[in-house]
Amino acid sequence: MTAEDSSIEALGALADPVRRALYRHVAEAPEEVGRDAAAEAAGVSRSLAAFHLDKLVDAGLLAASYRRPAGRGGPGAGRPAKVYRRADAEFAVALPPREYGAAGRLLAEVVERAGLDRELQAAARAAGEQEQAPDLPEALRGRGYAPFLDGEVLRLRNCPFHALADEFPALVCGMNLALLAGLAGEGWTAAMDPCAGGCCVSLSKNNKD
Amino acid sequence: MTTPQFAVPPSGHHLAQVNVGRTVAPLDSPELADFVAQLAEVNALAERSPGFVWRMVDEAGADATGLHPDEDDHLLQINCSVWESVAALRDFTYRSGHLRVLARRREWFQRSDGAHQAMWWVPIGHRPSVAEAMARIAAIRAHGPGPEAFTFREAGATALREAGPVPGGAG
Repeated sequence: MTAEDSSIEALGALADPVRRALYRHVAEAPEEVGRDAAAEAAGVSRSLAAFHLDKLVDAGLLAASYRRPAGRGGPGAGRPAKVYRRADAEFAVALPPREYGAAGRLLAEVVERAGLDRELQAAARAAGEQEQAPDLPEALRGRGYAPFLDGEVLRLRNCPFHALADEFPALVCGMNLALLAGLAGEGWTAAMDPCAGGCCVSLSKNNKD
Repeated sequence: MTTPQFAVPPSGHHLAQVNVGRTVAPLDSPELADFVAQLAEVNALAERSPGFVWRMVDEAGADATGLHPDEDDHLLQINCSVWESVAALRDFTYRSGHLRVLARRREWFQRSDGAHQAMWWVPIGHRPSVAEAMARIAAIRAHGPGPEAFTFREAGATALREAGPVPGGAG
């Protein structure tokens, strides 16, 4: 089976709308999700949710583990609950084949070598400013950051540039910071505040005087 | 990506890292004012970061700006530190407030044609000298990454594994 075949097979598991709703809920959740919470979010029974969640694990889209409910331990605590999180693997299918990742990697290599950090950040900031919207969380969601509110702070569950950021962190994270600052505009302050597996930037609303 | 054997931490060792850079102007020039103004804060951030072990300082003791790894090139600055793991160094370098400073590197530092950084394993307690650190960069320039000196790129998979839920490991 080719890599394309296995990606198509994995993504095929999402054709079912219930499964898709479950996947989205788990992928965007800040923490691992149990069967009850996932069932409630997707509006289906617990047993149906459990069935589909395990299908998503089989497909490699979610990862499962077991966790005891908070505050319970020792004998009599009961069985640990099965919880789900987004799998680390990336799946992409472009038909006809498109290799934007490979192009991005080459471009990043050249920009890095040429030392064009400032030019890249200026372009990223401008691109962000162009897409400024009254509803920042919605704008971030549209760009794939999977934002969630943690108290007053907006955190980003997903890094849309993950593989590139891993390879060219100074360049790509600097670009991302400028992009987010542009997108957020004057009303928000971007800070470096890593959340495991997500984007390192968090956004706080500026206090109005 | 598979991790080369040399990028896997040997037991009883810490990670030493060095990077050098030529500033675009002398440190006391207006061009470098913003950089110099942030040095103390960034060094303090490093020191309170998880996994920080040690950083190289000059005789004045605050930072390494008085060290000149190349006597003939007073624009060349050295920065050298020791960390408990690749993951700890990576978290500080790319995932802390340090990134804000790093993102402005081209305002203050010339880009380098050859390798300008290196990392290597040192026995716990060892404090690298300027000469030792410069030799590691020279090793990467001469033979590319290897057991003697490597970079984040080779150590990448190690950092990911170290960041996993099981602490300790090969520490």
